[in-house]
Amino acid sequence: MAVAHTTVAPHQHVADKPLEYQNPVQSVKILGFWIFLATDMLLFGCLFATYLVLRTHTDGGPTPHDIFDVRGFTIETFVLLTSSFTGGMSTLAMRNGNKRQLLTWLIVTIALGLTFVGFEASEFVSDALRGATMQRSAFLSAFFTLVGTHGTHVSIGIIWMIVTAIQVAKKGINPISARKVFVVNLYWHFLDVVWVFIFTVVYLSGVVM
Amino acid sequence: MSTSTDKLTQGNGPSHAKHRSGQYVLGYLLSLVLTAISFALALTHAMHVAPLMIVMTILAGFQIVVQLFFFMHVTEGDGPPYHSLALILGLIFTFAIALMSVWIMGFGSQVS
Amino acid sequence: MPAALKQFTDTYLMWNEGYLIWISDILIALTSIGIVATLTYFKKWKWLWKEWLTSVDHKRIGIMYLIAALLMMFRGGADAMLLRTQLASPNSHFLTAEHYDQIFTTHGTIMILFMAMPMIFAMFNIVVPLQIGARDVAFPYLNAISFWLFFFGAMLFNISFVFGGSPDAGWVSYPPLTELGFDKGPGENFYLLSLQISGIGSIATGINFLATILKMRAPGMKLMRMPLFTWSVVAASIVIIFAFPALTIALALLMLDRIVGTHFFTMLHGGDPMMFVNLFWIWGHPEVYIVVLPAFGVFSEVVATFARKRIFGYTSMVASLLLISVISYFVWAHHFFTMGAGADVNTFFAVASMMVAIPTGVKVFNWLFTMFRGRISFELPMLWTLAFVPNFIIGGATGVMLAVAPADYQYHNSYFLIAHFHQVLIAGPVFGLIAGMYFWWPKMFGFKLDEKIGRIAFWLFNIGFYVCFMPQYALGFKGMQRRMYTYPAGMGWHTLNLISTIGAYIMGLGFLFIVVQIVYSIKYGERDLTGDPWNGRTLEWSLPSPAPHYNFAVIPTVTDRDMLWVMKQEGREGELRRINPDAIADIHMPKNSGRPFLMGLAFFVAGFGFVFNWYVLAVIGLVGVALTMILRAFEWDDEYHILAEEVREVEAALGRL
Repeated sequence: MAVAHTTVAPHQHVADKPLEYQNPVQSVKILGFWIFLATDMLLFGCLFATYLVLRTHTDGGPTPHDIFDVRGFTIETFVLLTSSFTGGMSTLAMRNGNKRQLLTWLIVTIALGLTFVGFEASEFVSDALRGATMQRSAFLSAFFTLVGTHGTHVSIGIIWMIVTAIQVAKKGINPISARKVFVVNLYWHFLDVVWVFIFTVVYLSGVVM
Repeated sequence: MSTSTDKLTQGNGPSHAKHRSGQYVLGYLLSLVLTAISFALALTHAMHVAPLMIVMTILAGFQIVVQLFFFMHVTEGDGPPYHSLALILGLIFTFAIALMSVWIMGFGSQVS
Repeated sequence: MPAALKQFTDTYLMWNEGYLIWISDILIALTSIGIVATLTYFKKWKWLWKEWLTSVDHKRIGIMYLIAALLMMFRGGADAMLLRTQLASPNSHFLTAEHYDQIFTTHGTIMILFMAMPMIFAMFNIVVPLQIGARDVAFPYLNAISFWLFFFGAMLFNISFVFGGSPDAGWVSYPPLTELGFDKGPGENFYLLSLQISGIGSIATGINFLATILKMRAPGMKLMRMPLFTWSVVAASIVIIFAFPALTIALALLMLDRIVGTHFFTMLHGGDPMMFVNLFWIWGHPEVYIVVLPAFGVFSEVVATFARKRIFGYTSMVASLLLISVISYFVWAHHFFTMGAGADVNTFFAVASMMVAIPTGVKVFNWLFTMFRGRISFELPMLWTLAFVPNFIIGGATGVMLAVAPADYQYHNSYFLIAHFHQVLIAGPVFGLIAGMYFWWPKMFGFKLDEKIGRIAFWLFNIGFYVCFMPQYALGFKGMQRRMYTYPAGMGWHTLNLISTIGAYIMGLGFLFIVVQIVYSIKYGERDLTGDPWNGRTLEWSLPSPAPHYNFAVIPTVTDRDMLWVMKQEGREGELRRINPDAIADIHMPKNSGRPFLMGLAFFVAGFGFVFNWYVLAVIGLVGVALTMILRAFEWDDEYHILAEEVREVEAALGRL
C-alpha cells in the first residue's frame, strides 16, 4: 500500500532491517501492535488495581494463603517462561529463513501454552471444588478475574499462533508472514511479563502475607 | 526523520549474517534466575513483608527488561522509537493507576 | 391476545406502559419502512452496500460518523427538552419519576459516548490524512471496524428505548444501585454492553490515528511542522489508548457482578462499590479531555485561518496539548472528593485539577494573541470560536471553584455542577465540533453551509445557552440537587427553572436551524469550486473539494509549517495545485470489505444475547466475531492498484494537470 510509503528514508538499505520491518506497510502494523500492547498493559493495570484493593476482602472465606498451591503456580511459571523462550526461538528461526524450525518452535510454544492453560484450569477447578468460587468473596472475584483474564489472553494467543502457523506452512516466510510471526510473539512475551507480575503480586505476596 | 534507525538496529546485524540463538538462551536463563530469586525469597520468608515486596517488584521490573531486550527486540524498528515511548508512558500510567487506586481506596480498610 | 404474546409485548415491548411507547413504536416503524422503501424505490441497496457499508475510505467513514453524531445529537437533545419540560414547574407530572430517570441516563450517555465521540472521530477521519499528506489512515480496515463497533454499540443502546427498557441509573451507573439486587431490568445491561462494544472501537481508533500520524506523514513534515489539529488528535489519541481500558474493566467487572454473581461492587461479601466509581473516573475524567482536545485543535485552525495570521505560540500550543493529556490522568478523584478518602488524597487531586487550568489558559491566551491585530473575518467557524472563548472561561473558572475540595462538599451533585460541566462540554466540544463541521464541510461535500441561516442558528444557540445554564448556577447555590425529577412549590426554584427551560427550548430551536441550514444548503449552498473556500493554510485546502478517492495524486513534500499558506505568500501554491502528469504513479489502495460491518453485527448479536441472558444467541454472536477475525487473518490480498492513467484522467477532469 503506497499509503504507508512515507517514512522510509531513501538512503536506508532495505536489507539492513529485519525481514518483518522491510515492508513499510508491515512495519506500521508492528508499531500499531506495540501501541495495542501499551493499552493492554493498562487493562491489566486496572485489574491489578482492583485485586490490590480487594485482596483483603475475604469475607471470612478462603484467604490467599488457603488456596494458593505453591507447586501448581511454580510449574505454571516455569512452563510459561519456557514458552516465552521457545516463542523467541521461533522469531529467530523466522529471521534465519528456516521454515521448518520456525514451525517446530511455534508448535512447541503452542504445546507449552496449552500445558499452562491446562494447569491453570485444573487449579481453578480444584479451588472451586473446595468452595473457593468467584462468587464467594470480593477477593476471589478479583483473583479469578485477574488470573482468568490472563488465561483468556493466553488461550487467544494459542488460537492466534495456530492460525499463524497454518499461514506460514501455506505461504512460507515472506515480509507479511514474518510480521505475523513477530507480532504474535510480541503478544506472547507480553503475556509472560504480565504473568511475572501475577506471580509476584498475587501468588508470592499471597503466600507471604 | 528516520536517520537514527541505523543506530537503533543493534544486536542483530544485517540479515545476511546468520542470527544466533545465544541472545535467547541468555534471556531465558536470566528470566529463570530472576524468577528463582523471587520464589526463594518469598517461600523462605527471607525478609519482612514490606522490603520483600519492594525487592520482588524490582526483580519483576528486571524481567520486563529481559523480555523487552532479549526477546521482543524493543531496540529495533523502522524510524524513531515511538513504540518505546508508548510503552514507557503505558508503564507509568499502569503503575500510577494501580498504586494511586490503592492509596485512594485505602479509606475502605477502616470501613469494611 | 394470547397470554404468551401479551407477556412478550409487556415484558419486552413495554406496551403496557401506555401511549408514549406506542407512538414511538409507530414512528420508528414508519421511519424504517420509509428508509427501506426509499432505498428499494431508487434501487439504492447495492449502492449503499458497495459505496458506504463496505467502504474503508477514511472520508466516507468520517461522513458516516458525522451523520450518526448529528442523529444522536437530535436524540440526546430531545431527551434534554423532555427533562427541562418536566422541571419547568414545581410538582410536575409530565413524566413519571421512572421515565425521568431513564431520560437523564440516556441523555448523558448518548451525548458523551454516542454524540461527542463520533463527532470527534468524524473530524479525525475527515481531516487528519488530508492534513498530513497521506492517502488513508494506517489501518483502513481497522478504521471501518471501529466505525461499525461504534454504530452497532449505539444501535444496541438506542434499541433499549423500545425493546426491554432503557437504563435508568445515570450515565455514570454507580453500584450498588446498578447491581442485580436493585436493578433487575435489561436496561442496565444495555448500557454496559453497548458502551463496551463502542469502547473497543474507540481504543482501535486511538491506536489507528497514533500510528497514522507517527508513521504516515508526507516527506518533510516533521512533528513540529504538523498542523495543530493533527497535534490535538495525537494528544486525544494518547488519552484514548490509556484511558479507555479503565472503562472496559469497570464495565466488565460490573457485568460480571450482574451476570456471573461476583462481588466486586456489591455491598455483601466484601465488595466495594466505590471501586467502580474509582475505575469509572480513571476513564471518565480523561474522557472529557478526549472530547475537548480535538475541539481545541479546531479552534487553533480556525483562529489562524480567519485571523489570516500564523498561530501565536505554536510550540507552547503543542506543549500545552501534551501537558493537558498527561495531567488529565491525575485528577480523577475530584469526582468523588466527598467519598472521604482523606485530606491527603483530596489535596493531591485538588491541586492536580487546578493545574489543568494552566496549560488551558496558555491556549486561550495564544488564541487571543493570534487574533490580536489580525484581519479577522467573521464567518461561521470563527463566530463559534469567538463564542467559545468567554463561554469556556466561565466554565473553567467554575471548574477551579469545584476543584477546591472543601468547597466541593457544598457544590457536589448540585445544579452548580450541572451548569459547570454543561458549560465546559458545550462551549468546548460542541462549539468546537460545530465550528469544525462548518469549516471542513466544503471539503467533505463540495459546498458551503448557508451563512445566513447559520447566523440565526448561532445566535439562538448561544443566547439559549446562557439563558439555560446561568440560572442553574444559582439553583445549585439554592440547594437544588441533580437528578431530582420534581420539586415542591415553596423552594424558590420555580422562576429560575422556568427561565432555564426557556433557554433550553431556544437552544433546541437553534439546533433545528442547523438542520434547516444543512437541508437548504444541499440544494442552494454556495458550491466550492476552488477547494479552498476559506483561504486556508494547510495541505487539505490544496486538494479539490471533495477530495478524490486517493487524496493526493502525488504526495507533496513539506518544507514549512502552514505549507499552503507559505506557498501562497511566495506565489507558489500552483506547485501544490498543478500536478506534473509524469510524477503520477500507480497507487495502491485498500480494498473495500464487508467484514467490518458483519463483525459489528456479530458484536451486536452477542451483546443482545448477553443483555437478556440468552446465551445461545450470545455464543452465536461471539462465534461470528471470531470467524470474521480468523477469515481476516487469511486474507492476504487486500489491496488493489489505481493505475496512473486513471489517476491522470481524474486529475485532468478536476483541471489539475
